[in-house]
Amino acid sequence: MARNGNSARPGLWSIRGPMSQRRYWIFAAIGLLVPIAAWWLIATSGFVEKVFMPAPGSVWSRTMLWLQEDNLLADMGISIYRVTMGWALSAVIALPLGLLIGTFRPVQALLEPLTDFIRYMPAVAFIPLVMLWIGIDEGSKIAIIFIGTFFQMVLMVAEDVRRVPSAQIEAAQTMGATRGEIIKLVLLPSAKPALLDTMRVTMGWAWTYLVVAELVAANSGLGYAILKAQRFLQTDKIFAGIILIGLIGLVIDQLFRLAHRKAFPWMHLKS
Amino acid sequence: MDASKVVTLAPKIRVRSLGKIFEGPRPVVALEDINLDVQDNEFVTLVGASGCGKSTLLRIIGGLEYHTSGEVIAGGRAISGPGSDRAMVFQHYSLYPWLNVIDNIRFSRRLRVNREDLTSADVERASGRADALLNLMGLPSMADAFPSQLSGGMQQRVAIARALMPRPEILLMDEPFGALDAQTREVMHDLILHVFRLEKSTIVFVTHDVEEAIYLGQRVVLLAPRPGRIDTVYKVPFGAGRRQELKHTREFLDMKKEILERIRETSGMKTDTDLLERMSRAAGQGEE
Ligand SMILES: Nc1ncnc2c1ncn2[C@@H]1O[C@H](COP(=O)(O)OP(=O)(O)OP(=O)(O)O)[C@@H](O)[C@H]1O
Ligand SMILES: [Mg+2]
Repeated sequence: MARNGNSARPGLWSIRGPMSQRRYWIFAAIGLLVPIAAWWLIATSGFVEKVFMPAPGSVWSRTMLWLQEDNLLADMGISIYRVTMGWALSAVIALPLGLLIGTFRPVQALLEPLTDFIRYMPAVAFIPLVMLWIGIDEGSKIAIIFIGTFFQMVLMVAEDVRRVPSAQIEAAQTMGATRGEIIKLVLLPSAKPALLDTMRVTMGWAWTYLVVAELVAANSGLGYAILKAQRFLQTDKIFAGIILIGLIGLVIDQLFRLAHRKAFPWMHLKS
Repeated sequence: MDASKVVTLAPKIRVRSLGKIFEGPRPVVALEDINLDVQDNEFVTLVGASGCGKSTLLRIIGGLEYHTSGEVIAGGRAISGPGSDRAMVFQHYSLYPWLNVIDNIRFSRRLRVNREDLTSADVERASGRADALLNLMGLPSMADAFPSQLSGGMQQRVAIARALMPRPEILLMDEPFGALDAQTREVMHDLILHVFRLEKSTIVFVTHDVEEAIYLGQRVVLLAPRPGRIDTVYKVPFGAGRRQELKHTREFLDMKKEILERIRETSGMKTDTDLLERMSRAAGQGEE
Protein backbone atom coordinates (compact mmCIF):
# COMPACT_ATOMS: atom_id res chain seq x y z
CA MET A 1 0.00 0.00 0.00
CA ALA A 2 2.66 2.48 1.01
CA ARG A 3 4.18 4.46 -1.80
CA ASN A 4 7.87 3.74 -2.09
CA GLY A 5 9.95 6.63 -3.29
CA ASN A 6 11.18 4.72 -6.31
CA SER A 7 7.97 2.93 -7.27
CA ALA A 8 6.55 4.11 -10.59
CA ARG A 9 3.17 2.52 -10.02
CA PRO A 10 0.51 4.65 -11.77
CA GLY A 11 -1.78 6.57 -9.43
CA LEU A 12 -5.30 5.58 -8.50
CA TRP A 13 -6.82 8.07 -10.91
CA SER A 14 -4.66 7.38 -13.96
CA ILE A 15 -6.71 6.43 -17.00
CA ARG A 16 -7.40 2.67 -16.94
CA GLY A 17 -4.84 2.46 -14.17
CA PRO A 18 -4.33 -0.67 -12.04
CA MET A 19 -6.13 -1.26 -8.75
CA SER A 20 -5.48 -3.80 -6.03
CA GLN A 21 -8.21 -6.26 -5.03
CA ARG A 22 -8.38 -4.72 -1.59
CA ARG A 23 -8.92 -1.19 -2.81
CA TYR A 24 -11.48 -2.43 -5.29
CA TRP A 25 -13.58 -3.89 -2.49
CA ILE A 26 -13.16 -0.79 -0.35
CA PHE A 27 -14.56 1.34 -3.17
CA ALA A 28 -17.34 -1.15 -3.88
CA ALA A 29 -18.35 -1.10 -0.22
CA ILE A 30 -18.40 2.71 -0.20
CA GLY A 31 -20.54 2.68 -3.33
CA LEU A 32 -23.07 0.41 -1.64
CA LEU A 33 -23.02 1.82 1.88
CA VAL A 34 -23.22 5.53 1.12
CA PRO A 35 -26.64 5.35 -0.59
CA ILE A 36 -27.95 3.14 2.22
CA ALA A 37 -26.69 5.60 4.83
CA ALA A 38 -28.17 8.51 2.89
CA TRP A 39 -31.46 6.67 2.68
CA TRP A 40 -31.42 5.97 6.40
CA LEU A 41 -30.61 9.60 7.20
CA ILE A 42 -33.34 11.01 5.00
CA ALA A 43 -35.93 8.52 6.19
CA THR A 44 -35.24 9.00 9.91
CA SER A 45 -34.80 12.76 9.76
CA GLY A 46 -38.54 13.22 9.49
CA PHE A 47 -38.33 15.51 6.48
CA VAL A 48 -40.09 13.00 4.34
CA GLU A 49 -43.42 11.33 5.03
CA LYS A 50 -43.15 7.62 5.91
CA VAL A 51 -45.43 6.64 3.03
CA PHE A 52 -43.02 8.20 0.60
CA MET A 53 -39.87 6.84 2.07
CA PRO A 54 -39.86 4.14 4.75
CA ALA A 55 -36.78 3.70 6.89
CA PRO A 56 -34.39 0.78 6.27
CA GLY A 57 -35.51 -0.69 9.58
CA SER A 58 -39.16 -0.89 8.62
CA VAL A 59 -38.30 -2.32 5.22
CA TRP A 60 -36.30 -4.98 7.01
CA SER A 61 -39.10 -5.85 9.42
CA ARG A 62 -41.60 -5.88 6.55
CA THR A 63 -39.33 -8.32 4.74
CA MET A 64 -39.21 -10.55 7.81
CA LEU A 65 -42.97 -10.42 8.11
CA TRP A 66 -43.30 -11.31 4.45
CA LEU A 67 -40.92 -14.20 4.94
CA GLN A 68 -42.74 -15.57 8.00
CA GLU A 69 -46.38 -14.95 7.16
CA ASP A 70 -46.73 -14.16 3.51
CA ASN A 71 -44.66 -16.84 1.83
CA LEU A 72 -41.83 -14.71 0.51
CA LEU A 73 -39.91 -17.77 -0.60
CA ALA A 74 -42.78 -18.92 -2.78
CA ASP A 75 -42.99 -15.47 -4.35
CA MET A 76 -39.27 -15.50 -5.04
CA GLY A 77 -39.38 -19.02 -6.37
CA ILE A 78 -42.17 -18.39 -8.84
CA SER A 79 -40.59 -15.14 -10.05
CA ILE A 80 -37.21 -16.77 -10.55
CA TYR A 81 -38.95 -19.57 -12.41
CA ARG A 82 -40.81 -17.19 -14.74
CA VAL A 83 -37.80 -15.05 -15.54
CA THR A 84 -35.51 -18.01 -16.04
CA MET A 85 -37.98 -19.80 -18.28
CA GLY A 86 -38.65 -16.72 -20.41
CA TRP A 87 -34.96 -16.02 -20.70
CA ALA A 88 -34.00 -19.66 -21.38
CA LEU A 89 -36.65 -20.01 -24.05
CA SER A 90 -35.23 -16.87 -25.65
CA ALA A 91 -31.72 -18.24 -25.49
CA VAL A 92 -32.67 -21.61 -26.97
CA ILE A 93 -34.06 -19.89 -30.05
CA ALA A 94 -31.83 -16.81 -30.18
CA LEU A 95 -28.52 -18.69 -30.07
CA PRO A 96 -28.96 -20.77 -33.23
CA LEU A 97 -30.86 -18.02 -35.02
CA GLY A 98 -28.29 -15.36 -34.13
CA LEU A 99 -25.53 -17.71 -35.23
CA LEU A 100 -27.22 -18.08 -38.62
CA ILE A 101 -27.83 -14.33 -38.95
CA GLY A 102 -24.21 -13.58 -38.08
CA THR A 103 -22.88 -16.22 -40.45
CA PHE A 104 -24.99 -16.20 -43.59
CA ARG A 105 -25.85 -12.97 -45.36
CA PRO A 106 -29.21 -14.17 -46.78
CA VAL A 107 -30.44 -15.06 -43.30
CA GLN A 108 -29.26 -11.68 -42.08
CA ALA A 109 -31.14 -9.88 -44.85
CA LEU A 110 -34.21 -11.99 -44.20
CA LEU A 111 -34.40 -11.56 -40.43
CA GLU A 112 -32.41 -8.61 -39.18
CA PRO A 113 -34.59 -5.74 -40.44
CA LEU A 114 -37.65 -7.59 -39.18
CA THR A 115 -36.09 -8.06 -35.75
CA ASP A 116 -35.00 -4.44 -35.61
CA PHE A 117 -38.59 -3.49 -36.31
CA ILE A 118 -40.12 -5.69 -33.64
CA ARG A 119 -37.63 -4.91 -30.89
CA TYR A 120 -38.84 -1.31 -30.69
CA MET A 121 -42.35 -2.43 -29.83
CA PRO A 122 -43.02 -2.16 -26.09
CA ALA A 123 -43.47 -5.54 -24.42
CA VAL A 124 -46.25 -4.13 -22.20
CA ALA A 125 -48.34 -3.43 -25.27
CA PHE A 126 -48.35 -7.12 -26.07
CA ILE A 127 -50.16 -8.00 -22.84
CA PRO A 128 -53.67 -7.97 -24.32
CA LEU A 129 -52.54 -10.02 -27.29
CA VAL A 130 -50.69 -12.51 -25.12
CA MET A 131 -53.77 -12.93 -22.93
CA LEU A 132 -55.86 -13.44 -26.01
CA TRP A 133 -53.53 -15.95 -27.62
CA ILE A 134 -52.01 -17.77 -24.68
CA GLY A 135 -54.48 -17.18 -21.87
CA ILE A 136 -53.74 -16.09 -18.33
CA ASP A 137 -51.78 -18.99 -16.91
CA GLU A 138 -48.02 -19.37 -16.42
CA GLY A 139 -47.37 -19.43 -20.15
CA SER A 140 -48.51 -15.85 -20.59
CA LYS A 141 -46.07 -14.48 -18.00
CA ILE A 142 -43.21 -16.39 -19.54
CA ALA A 143 -44.31 -15.13 -22.96
CA ILE A 144 -44.09 -11.48 -21.88
CA ILE A 145 -40.57 -11.98 -20.58
CA PHE A 146 -39.71 -13.81 -23.78
CA ILE A 147 -41.03 -10.95 -25.93
CA GLY A 148 -39.07 -8.43 -23.89
CA THR A 149 -35.82 -10.36 -24.12
CA PHE A 150 -35.73 -12.35 -27.34
CA PHE A 151 -35.43 -9.71 -30.05
CA GLN A 152 -32.58 -7.87 -28.39
CA MET A 153 -30.87 -11.14 -27.67
CA VAL A 154 -30.95 -12.35 -31.28
CA LEU A 155 -29.31 -9.17 -32.51
CA MET A 156 -26.63 -9.31 -29.84
CA VAL A 157 -25.84 -12.96 -30.58
CA ALA A 158 -25.57 -12.15 -34.29
CA GLU A 159 -23.22 -9.30 -33.48
CA ASP A 160 -21.07 -11.52 -31.26
CA VAL A 161 -20.70 -14.01 -34.08
CA ARG A 162 -19.93 -11.30 -36.61
CA ARG A 163 -17.18 -9.99 -34.39
CA VAL A 164 -15.07 -13.14 -34.82
CA PRO A 165 -11.95 -11.87 -36.64
CA SER A 166 -12.01 -12.89 -40.30
CA ALA A 167 -8.36 -13.93 -40.08
CA GLN A 168 -9.45 -16.74 -37.73
CA ILE A 169 -12.01 -17.94 -40.25
CA GLU A 170 -9.72 -17.57 -43.25
CA ALA A 171 -6.88 -19.38 -41.52
CA ALA A 172 -9.22 -22.36 -41.03
CA GLN A 173 -10.32 -22.17 -44.66
CA THR A 174 -6.73 -22.35 -45.87
CA MET A 175 -6.26 -25.39 -43.68
CA GLY A 176 -9.09 -27.05 -45.57
CA ALA A 177 -11.91 -26.63 -43.06
CA THR A 178 -15.43 -27.17 -44.35
CA ARG A 179 -18.29 -24.80 -43.61
CA GLY A 180 -19.56 -26.99 -40.81
CA GLU A 181 -16.09 -27.27 -39.30
CA ILE A 182 -15.64 -23.52 -39.37
CA ILE A 183 -18.89 -23.01 -37.51
CA LYS A 184 -18.14 -25.72 -34.97
CA LEU A 185 -14.41 -25.26 -34.50
CA VAL A 186 -13.91 -21.53 -35.10
CA LEU A 187 -17.04 -19.38 -34.95
CA LEU A 188 -18.58 -20.99 -31.87
CA PRO A 189 -15.51 -21.33 -29.68
CA SER A 190 -14.32 -17.88 -30.71
CA ALA A 191 -17.66 -16.21 -29.95
CA LYS A 192 -18.44 -18.23 -26.81
CA PRO A 193 -17.05 -15.80 -24.22
CA ALA A 194 -18.95 -12.91 -25.80
CA LEU A 195 -22.06 -15.08 -25.99
CA LEU A 196 -21.92 -15.88 -22.30
CA ASP A 197 -21.66 -12.15 -21.60
CA THR A 198 -24.66 -11.54 -23.81
CA MET A 199 -26.57 -14.17 -21.84
CA ARG A 200 -25.61 -12.42 -18.62
CA VAL A 201 -26.72 -9.00 -19.84
CA THR A 202 -30.00 -10.24 -21.29
CA MET A 203 -30.77 -12.06 -18.04
CA GLY A 204 -30.71 -8.64 -16.40
CA TRP A 205 -33.17 -7.34 -18.98
CA ALA A 206 -35.43 -10.33 -18.46
CA TRP A 207 -35.72 -9.36 -14.78
CA THR A 208 -36.78 -5.84 -15.68
CA TYR A 209 -39.82 -7.32 -17.43
CA LEU A 210 -40.91 -9.27 -14.35
CA VAL A 211 -43.28 -6.64 -12.95
CA VAL A 212 -44.82 -6.18 -16.37
CA ALA A 213 -45.26 -9.90 -16.77
CA GLU A 214 -46.90 -10.24 -13.38
CA LEU A 215 -49.44 -7.61 -14.35
CA VAL A 216 -51.09 -10.45 -16.23
CA ALA A 217 -53.54 -12.03 -13.85
CA ALA A 218 -50.89 -13.22 -11.42
CA ASN A 219 -51.55 -14.04 -7.78
CA SER A 220 -47.99 -14.67 -6.71
CA GLY A 221 -44.48 -13.46 -7.39
CA LEU A 222 -42.29 -10.53 -6.41
CA GLY A 223 -43.66 -8.30 -9.15
CA TYR A 224 -47.21 -9.14 -8.17
CA ALA A 225 -46.41 -8.40 -4.53
CA ILE A 226 -45.06 -4.99 -5.49
CA LEU A 227 -48.19 -4.24 -7.51
CA LYS A 228 -50.43 -5.35 -4.66
CA ALA A 229 -48.46 -3.31 -2.12
CA GLN A 230 -49.00 -0.31 -4.34
CA ARG A 231 -52.74 -0.74 -3.99
CA PHE A 232 -52.48 -0.67 -0.18
CA LEU A 233 -49.80 2.03 -0.17
CA GLN A 234 -47.36 -0.30 1.62
CA THR A 235 -44.28 1.59 0.53
CA ASP A 236 -42.01 -0.52 2.72
CA LYS A 237 -43.11 -3.65 0.91
CA ILE A 238 -42.50 -2.01 -2.48
CA PHE A 239 -39.00 -1.17 -1.31
CA ALA A 240 -38.50 -4.71 -0.04
CA GLY A 241 -39.62 -6.21 -3.36
CA ILE A 242 -37.42 -3.94 -5.45
CA ILE A 243 -34.38 -4.55 -3.28
CA LEU A 244 -34.94 -8.31 -3.35
CA ILE A 245 -35.07 -8.28 -7.16
CA GLY A 246 -31.84 -6.30 -7.18
CA LEU A 247 -30.17 -8.77 -4.82
CA ILE A 248 -31.27 -11.77 -6.85
CA GLY A 249 -29.88 -10.03 -9.94
CA LEU A 250 -26.59 -9.39 -8.20
CA VAL A 251 -26.23 -13.04 -7.26
CA ILE A 252 -27.10 -14.24 -10.77
CA ASP A 253 -24.66 -11.78 -12.28
CA GLN A 254 -21.86 -13.00 -10.05
CA LEU A 255 -22.67 -16.60 -10.95
CA PHE A 256 -22.37 -15.74 -14.64
CA ARG A 257 -19.05 -14.02 -14.03
CA LEU A 258 -17.79 -17.00 -12.11
CA ALA A 259 -18.89 -19.31 -14.93
CA HIS A 260 -17.02 -17.06 -17.37
CA ARG A 261 -13.80 -17.39 -15.40
CA LYS A 262 -14.22 -21.15 -15.08
CA ALA A 263 -15.22 -21.76 -18.70
CA PHE A 264 -12.68 -19.46 -20.35
CA PRO A 265 -9.56 -19.49 -18.20
CA TRP A 266 -7.50 -18.44 -21.23
CA MET A 267 -9.32 -15.09 -21.24
CA HIS A 268 -8.44 -14.31 -17.68
CA LEU A 269 -4.72 -15.02 -17.86
CA LYS A 270 -2.37 -12.36 -16.72
CA SER A 271 0.10 -12.15 -19.56
CA MET B 1 9.78 -36.00 -54.43
CA ASP B 2 8.00 -38.31 -56.84
CA ALA B 3 9.03 -38.79 -60.44
CA SER B 4 6.19 -36.90 -62.06
CA LYS B 5 7.22 -33.73 -60.29
CA VAL B 6 10.78 -33.93 -61.60
CA VAL B 7 9.72 -34.51 -65.18
CA THR B 8 7.03 -31.87 -65.49
CA LEU B 9 8.33 -28.37 -65.64
CA ALA B 10 4.92 -26.84 -65.18
CA PRO B 11 5.05 -24.03 -62.66
CA LYS B 12 3.57 -24.58 -59.24
CA ILE B 13 1.46 -21.46 -59.56
CA ARG B 14 0.44 -20.07 -62.91
CA VAL B 15 -1.37 -16.77 -63.10
CA ARG B 16 -2.72 -15.86 -66.53
CA SER B 17 -4.15 -12.47 -67.57
CA LEU B 18 -5.66 -12.17 -64.14
CA GLY B 19 -7.93 -9.24 -63.37
CA LYS B 20 -9.82 -8.21 -60.29
CA ILE B 21 -12.45 -5.52 -60.03
CA PHE B 22 -14.03 -4.78 -56.67
CA GLU B 23 -17.65 -4.04 -57.47
CA GLY B 24 -19.44 -1.27 -55.67
CA PRO B 25 -20.78 2.20 -56.23
CA ARG B 26 -17.27 3.16 -57.33
CA PRO B 27 -15.69 0.00 -58.81
CA VAL B 28 -11.98 -0.41 -58.07
CA VAL B 29 -9.72 -2.10 -60.59
CA ALA B 30 -7.43 -3.77 -58.08
CA LEU B 31 -5.53 -5.94 -60.57
CA GLU B 32 -5.22 -5.89 -64.34
CA ASP B 33 -3.65 -8.43 -66.67
CA ILE B 34 -1.35 -10.11 -64.17
CA ASN B 35 0.86 -12.85 -65.59
CA LEU B 36 3.15 -14.68 -63.22
CA ASP B 37 4.62 -18.15 -62.94
CA VAL B 38 6.01 -19.40 -59.66
CA GLN B 39 8.15 -22.53 -59.94
CA ASP B 40 8.09 -25.46 -57.59
CA ASN B 41 10.18 -24.72 -54.49
CA GLU B 42 10.62 -21.10 -55.43
CA PHE B 43 10.51 -18.17 -53.02
CA VAL B 44 8.87 -15.13 -54.60
CA THR B 45 8.34 -11.85 -52.79
CA LEU B 46 5.81 -9.21 -53.79
CA VAL B 47 6.49 -5.54 -53.15
CA GLY B 48 4.88 -2.31 -54.28
CA ALA B 49 3.29 0.89 -53.10
CA SER B 50 0.45 0.67 -50.62
CA GLY B 51 -2.84 -0.20 -52.29
CA CYS B 52 -1.24 -1.67 -55.42
CA GLY B 53 -2.99 -5.00 -54.95
CA LYS B 54 -0.38 -7.22 -53.28
CA SER B 55 -2.79 -8.60 -50.71
CA THR B 56 -5.51 -9.00 -53.30
CA LEU B 57 -3.24 -11.06 -55.57
CA LEU B 58 -2.14 -13.24 -52.67
CA ARG B 59 -5.69 -13.74 -51.45
CA ILE B 60 -6.83 -14.71 -54.93
CA ILE B 61 -4.10 -17.36 -55.10
CA GLY B 62 -5.19 -18.50 -51.65
CA GLY B 63 -8.78 -18.73 -52.85
CA LEU B 64 -9.99 -16.24 -50.22
CA GLU B 65 -10.93 -13.70 -52.87
CA TYR B 66 -12.33 -14.40 -56.34
CA HIS B 67 -10.91 -12.95 -59.54
CA THR B 68 -13.04 -11.32 -62.20
CA SER B 69 -11.02 -12.32 -65.27
CA GLY B 70 -8.17 -14.61 -66.29
CA GLU B 71 -7.18 -17.74 -64.42
CA VAL B 72 -5.03 -19.07 -61.62
CA ILE B 73 -3.71 -22.60 -61.64
CA ALA B 74 -2.09 -23.99 -58.52
CA GLY B 75 -0.54 -27.44 -58.44
CA GLY B 76 -2.07 -28.21 -61.85
CA ARG B 77 -5.66 -27.34 -60.90
CA ALA B 78 -7.62 -24.17 -61.52
CA ILE B 79 -8.34 -22.81 -58.10
CA SER B 80 -11.87 -22.39 -56.84
CA GLY B 81 -11.83 -21.41 -53.20
CA PRO B 82 -9.34 -22.05 -50.43
CA GLY B 83 -7.73 -25.42 -49.81
CA SER B 84 -5.22 -27.08 -47.56
CA ASP B 85 -2.65 -27.19 -50.38
CA ARG B 86 -2.27 -23.40 -50.05
CA ALA B 87 -1.64 -22.35 -46.46
CA MET B 88 -1.82 -18.71 -45.50
CA VAL B 89 -0.08 -16.74 -42.75
CA PHE B 90 -1.69 -13.42 -41.85
CA GLN B 91 -0.28 -10.33 -40.21
CA HIS B 92 -2.58 -10.37 -37.17
CA TYR B 93 -5.18 -12.09 -35.04
CA SER B 94 -5.29 -15.41 -36.78
CA LEU B 95 -4.31 -17.67 -33.86
CA TYR B 96 -7.10 -19.27 -31.87
CA PRO B 97 -6.90 -17.68 -28.42
CA TRP B 98 -8.89 -20.49 -26.78
CA LEU B 99 -6.37 -23.15 -27.83
CA ASN B 100 -2.92 -23.47 -26.40
CA VAL B 101 0.13 -23.37 -28.65
CA ILE B 102 0.33 -27.06 -29.45
CA ASP B 103 -3.42 -27.32 -30.14
CA ASN B 104 -3.21 -24.31 -32.42
CA ILE B 105 -0.47 -26.08 -34.36
CA ARG B 106 -2.47 -29.29 -34.45
CA PHE B 107 -5.65 -27.53 -35.58
CA SER B 108 -5.52 -28.81 -39.16
CA ARG B 109 -5.14 -32.30 -37.73
CA ARG B 110 -8.45 -31.97 -35.93
CA LEU B 111 -10.12 -31.13 -39.21
CA ARG B 112 -8.84 -34.23 -40.89
CA VAL B 113 -9.49 -36.56 -38.00
CA ASN B 114 -13.16 -35.86 -38.57
CA ARG B 115 -12.99 -37.00 -42.16
CA GLU B 116 -10.41 -39.73 -42.48
CA ASP B 117 -10.12 -43.04 -40.78
CA LEU B 118 -6.76 -42.55 -39.21
CA THR B 119 -4.80 -45.27 -37.54
CA SER B 120 -3.25 -44.51 -34.21
CA ALA B 121 0.13 -44.59 -35.94
CA ASP B 122 -0.97 -41.70 -38.15
CA VAL B 123 -2.04 -39.72 -35.14
CA GLU B 124 1.27 -40.52 -33.47
CA ARG B 125 3.19 -39.29 -36.49
CA ALA B 126 1.11 -36.13 -36.59
CA SER B 127 1.79 -35.27 -33.00
CA GLY B 128 5.46 -35.97 -33.70
CA ARG B 129 5.30 -33.40 -36.47
CA ALA B 130 3.62 -30.85 -34.25
CA ASP B 131 6.40 -31.27 -31.70
CA ALA B 132 9.03 -31.06 -34.41
CA LEU B 133 7.54 -27.83 -35.73
CA LEU B 134 7.42 -26.42 -32.23
CA ASN B 135 11.12 -27.16 -31.88
CA LEU B 136 11.87 -25.78 -35.32
CA MET B 137 10.22 -22.53 -34.30
CA GLY B 138 12.29 -22.43 -31.13
CA LEU B 139 9.32 -22.70 -28.80
CA PRO B 140 9.70 -26.16 -27.24
CA SER B 141 8.77 -24.97 -23.76
CA MET B 142 5.71 -23.06 -24.89
CA ALA B 143 3.45 -25.95 -25.84
CA ASP B 144 0.95 -25.28 -23.06
CA ALA B 145 0.98 -21.49 -23.22
CA PHE B 146 -1.96 -19.58 -24.65
CA PRO B 147 -1.50 -17.05 -27.46
CA SER B 148 -2.24 -14.12 -25.15
CA GLN B 149 0.83 -15.08 -23.12
CA LEU B 150 3.17 -14.88 -26.12
CA SER B 151 4.98 -11.93 -27.63
CA GLY B 152 4.07 -10.85 -31.16
CA GLY B 153 7.09 -12.64 -32.63
CA MET B 154 6.26 -15.87 -30.82
CA GLN B 155 2.66 -15.66 -31.99
CA GLN B 156 3.78 -15.39 -35.60
CA ARG B 157 6.05 -18.40 -35.15
CA VAL B 158 3.11 -20.40 -33.92
CA ALA B 159 1.03 -19.17 -36.87
CA ILE B 160 3.75 -20.32 -39.25
CA ALA B 161 4.03 -23.70 -37.55
CA ARG B 162 0.27 -24.11 -37.76
CA ALA B 163 0.32 -23.27 -41.47
CA LEU B 164 3.13 -25.77 -42.09
CA MET B 165 1.45 -28.57 -40.15
CA PRO B 166 -0.59 -30.06 -43.05
CA ARG B 167 2.49 -29.92 -45.32
CA PRO B 168 1.06 -27.40 -47.75
CA GLU B 169 2.73 -27.31 -51.16
CA ILE B 170 2.30 -23.56 -51.27
CA LEU B 171 2.79 -21.13 -48.41
CA LEU B 172 1.26 -17.68 -48.82
CA MET B 173 2.35 -14.96 -46.40
CA ASP B 174 0.87 -11.47 -46.19
CA GLU B 175 3.24 -9.17 -44.31
CA PRO B 176 3.64 -11.77 -41.58
CA PHE B 177 6.39 -9.78 -39.87
CA GLY B 178 4.84 -6.36 -40.50
CA ALA B 179 4.05 -5.82 -36.85
CA LEU B 180 7.38 -7.00 -35.44
CA ASP B 181 10.38 -4.97 -34.37
CA ALA B 182 13.58 -4.96 -36.42
CA GLN B 183 15.53 -7.47 -34.30
CA THR B 184 12.71 -9.97 -34.14
CA ARG B 185 12.24 -9.61 -37.87
CA GLU B 186 15.87 -10.56 -38.57
CA VAL B 187 15.51 -13.67 -36.45
CA MET B 188 12.29 -14.52 -38.29
CA HIS B 189 13.97 -14.01 -41.67
CA ASP B 190 16.62 -16.61 -40.97
CA LEU B 191 13.99 -18.88 -39.49
CA ILE B 192 11.77 -18.69 -42.55
CA LEU B 193 14.73 -19.34 -44.88
CA HIS B 194 15.57 -22.37 -42.78
CA VAL B 195 11.99 -23.59 -43.00
CA PHE B 196 12.02 -23.02 -46.74
CA ARG B 197 15.11 -25.20 -47.19
CA LEU B 198 13.78 -27.88 -44.90
CA GLU B 199 10.18 -28.09 -46.07
CA LYS B 200 10.84 -27.49 -49.76
CA SER B 201 7.60 -25.62 -50.16
CA THR B 202 6.80 -22.88 -52.63
CA ILE B 203 6.47 -19.49 -50.97
CA VAL B 204 4.80 -16.27 -52.09
CA PHE B 205 5.54 -13.55 -49.58
CA VAL B 206 4.02 -10.05 -49.53
CA THR B 207 5.92 -7.27 -47.81
CA HIS B 208 6.40 -3.53 -47.95
CA ASP B 209 9.96 -3.89 -46.67
CA VAL B 210 12.27 -4.03 -49.70
CA GLU B 211 15.23 -5.30 -47.66
CA GLU B 212 13.11 -8.20 -46.46
CA ALA B 213 11.94 -8.87 -50.02
CA ILE B 214 15.49 -9.14 -51.38
CA TYR B 215 16.89 -11.07 -48.42
CA LEU B 216 14.20 -13.72 -48.60
CA GLY B 217 13.20 -13.90 -52.27
CA GLN B 218 14.71 -15.58 -55.27
CA ARG B 219 12.69 -13.16 -57.33
CA VAL B 220 11.17 -9.86 -56.27
CA VAL B 221 8.00 -8.94 -58.11
CA LEU B 222 7.20 -5.25 -58.09
CA LEU B 223 3.55 -4.27 -58.52
CA ALA B 224 2.49 -0.81 -59.63
CA PRO B 225 -0.79 0.72 -58.49
CA ARG B 226 -3.91 2.06 -60.22
CA PRO B 227 -4.56 -0.36 -61.74
CA GLY B 228 -2.52 -3.04 -59.96
CA ARG B 229 -0.14 -4.60 -62.47
CA ILE B 230 3.29 -6.19 -62.56
CA ASP B 231 5.86 -3.52 -63.20
CA THR B 232 9.22 -5.27 -62.91
CA VAL B 233 10.45 -8.69 -61.87
CA TYR B 234 13.91 -8.65 -60.30
CA LYS B 235 15.98 -11.79 -60.18
CA VAL B 236 17.86 -11.86 -56.90
CA PRO B 237 21.45 -12.91 -57.64
CA PHE B 238 22.18 -14.40 -54.21
CA GLY B 239 22.06 -18.15 -53.71
CA ALA B 240 20.89 -20.21 -50.79
CA GLY B 241 22.56 -19.92 -47.39
CA ARG B 242 22.14 -16.18 -47.03
CA ARG B 243 23.31 -14.49 -43.86
CA GLN B 244 22.60 -11.16 -42.25
CA GLU B 245 25.96 -9.74 -43.45
CA LEU B 246 24.60 -9.92 -46.98
CA LYS B 247 22.42 -6.91 -46.24
CA HIS B 248 25.49 -4.69 -46.02
CA THR B 249 27.11 -5.69 -49.31
CA ARG B 250 27.28 -3.27 -52.19
CA GLU B 251 25.30 -5.52 -54.49
CA PHE B 252 22.47 -5.87 -51.98
CA LEU B 253 22.31 -2.16 -51.23
CA ASP B 254 22.34 -1.25 -54.92
CA MET B 255 19.46 -3.57 -55.59
CA LYS B 256 17.54 -2.21 -52.63
CA LYS B 257 18.06 1.32 -53.88
CA GLU B 258 16.96 0.44 -57.39
CA ILE B 259 13.75 -1.22 -56.22
CA LEU B 260 12.93 1.54 -53.75
CA GLU B 261 13.36 4.14 -56.45
CA ARG B 262 11.16 2.22 -58.80
CA ILE B 263 8.42 1.89 -56.16
CA ARG B 264 8.57 5.61 -55.60
CA GLU B 265 8.28 6.25 -59.33
CA THR B 266 5.29 3.97 -59.71
CA SER B 267 3.47 5.23 -56.64
CA GLY B 268 3.04 8.77 -57.98
CA MET B 269 3.83 10.25 -54.57
CA LYS B 270 6.19 12.86 -56.05
CA THR B 271 3.91 15.85 -55.57
CA ASP B 272 3.40 14.97 -51.93
CA THR B 273 7.10 15.18 -51.11
CA ASP B 274 7.35 18.47 -52.96
CA LEU B 275 4.48 19.78 -50.92
CA LEU B 276 6.11 18.63 -47.70
CA GLU B 277 9.34 20.35 -48.64
CA ARG B 278 7.56 23.57 -49.39
CA MET B 279 5.68 23.30 -46.12
CA SER B 280 8.81 22.78 -44.04
CA ARG B 281 10.54 25.63 -45.86
CA ALA B 282 7.59 27.89 -45.14
CA ALA B 283 7.61 26.83 -41.50
CA GLY B 284 11.35 27.53 -41.31
CA GLN B 285 10.84 31.04 -42.65
CA GLY B 286 8.05 31.68 -40.20
CA GLU B 287 10.36 30.97 -37.28
CA GLU B 288 12.98 33.46 -38.32
N1 LIG C 1 -12.89 -5.61 -50.12
C1 LIG C 1 -12.55 -4.58 -50.92
N2 LIG C 1 -13.51 -3.82 -51.49
C2 LIG C 1 -13.19 -2.78 -52.30
N3 LIG C 1 -11.95 -2.43 -52.62
C3 LIG C 1 -10.94 -3.15 -52.08
C4 LIG C 1 -11.19 -4.26 -51.22
N4 LIG C 1 -10.00 -4.77 -50.83
C5 LIG C 1 -9.07 -4.02 -51.45
N5 LIG C 1 -9.62 -3.05 -52.20
C6 LIG C 1 -8.89 -2.07 -53.03
O1 LIG C 1 -8.05 -2.77 -53.91
C7 LIG C 1 -6.79 -2.13 -54.01
C8 LIG C 1 -5.69 -3.10 -53.64
O2 LIG C 1 -5.79 -3.41 -52.25
P1 LIG C 1 -4.77 -4.38 -51.53
O3 LIG C 1 -5.22 -4.53 -50.12
O4 LIG C 1 -4.61 -5.61 -52.32
O5 LIG C 1 -3.43 -3.53 -51.59
P2 LIG C 1 -2.03 -3.85 -50.93
O6 LIG C 1 -1.01 -3.75 -52.00
O7 LIG C 1 -2.07 -5.11 -50.15
O8 LIG C 1 -1.87 -2.60 -49.95
P3 LIG C 1 -1.10 -2.53 -48.55
O9 LIG C 1 0.36 -2.46 -48.87
O10 LIG C 1 -1.59 -1.23 -47.96
O11 LIG C 1 -1.46 -3.72 -47.74
C9 LIG C 1 -6.85 -0.91 -53.13
O12 LIG C 1 -7.11 0.21 -53.93
C10 LIG C 1 -8.00 -1.17 -52.20
O13 LIG C 1 -8.64 0.02 -51.86
MG1 LIG D 1 -1.93 -5.61 -48.03
